[in-house]
Amino acid sequence: MAMDRSEILENVRETLVDALAVEPDEVTEDATLTGDLGAESIDFLDIVFRLEKCFNIKIPRGELFPDELLNDPQYVSNGQFTEVGLQKIKEAMPHADFGAFEQDPDVNKMPDLFTVKTLVNYIEAKLAA
Amino acid sequence: MRWLWIDKFVEFESGKRAAAIKNLTLAEDHLHDHFPGFPVMPASLMIEGMAQTAGILVGEARDFKEKVILAKVKKAQFEGMARPGQQLRYEAKIESISDEAAMTSGTIYCDGKQMGKVELMFSHIDQNISGLNFPKENFVFTEEFKSLLSTYQLCGSKKGNNS
Repeated sequence: MAMDRSEILENVRETLVDALAVEPDEVTEDATLTGDLGAESIDFLDIVFRLEKCFNIKIPRGELFPDELLNDPQYVSNGQFTEVGLQKIKEAMPHADFGAFEQDPDVNKMPDLFTVKTLVNYIEAKLAA
Repeated sequence: MRWLWIDKFVEFESGKRAAAIKNLTLAEDHLHDHFPGFPVMPASLMIEGMAQTAGILVGEARDFKEKVILAKVKKAQFEGMARPGQQLRYEAKIESISDEAAMTSGTIYCDGKQMGKVELMFSHIDQNISGLNFPKENFVFTEEFKSLLSTYQLCGSKKGNNS
């Protein structure tokens, strides 16, 4: 049976509460994983494992968190995404909201793209595929 | 002092689960400080014992080619105390394993009675921190650590001879 968005959000919330030891009410759709919920790099792997188990899906490396683009000077130069890079990351992350990021595509602000909503969008698209 | 917090493996199922034991004795210095006059095995060292049991299980799953580093203690719950003369048993199970990392769950028993639950996350660091120059040799699984596995093979073959 297909899951609706609120059910997906509820399961994502439970996953993040377990993985990051945060309170359920902190896990709002706009909360960023690193800034608001305190996730560190290893937590991202933990989250991927848990989401795979929870939703019975396979998340290939780089699909949810495309980190490989960062090492390519064609895409990132002087700590900023180039025009081509920005295009590329938008294609790689159709599940993220680039509104604010597009104005200032600073690599250090990339973690802000990973919000609870980003995860829910990704899972929703994945389950619909 | 050698940093080995398990004595031997008693069960080993490649890529799936393993059990190791640790006998507690008053010959161990740390028990005289924790606490003077009332020796108790510190919970932090039981986490280490589980990390060694589970870490070797995870390492063996990839033929010890990966450098397996404890990255996160996701859960550690203990009840009761483990004291000199008692035997700890660490049972570890691989919940997930991928190219980059592994997740394990585990239960600790003291003289057969359950006394703790520990969930851990390990990183295969060469797959995660690219660009950094780590030594080529596997500094995690030294010969000393790998020899622990042979203790299992030894008792395994003994068992085979007896049956």
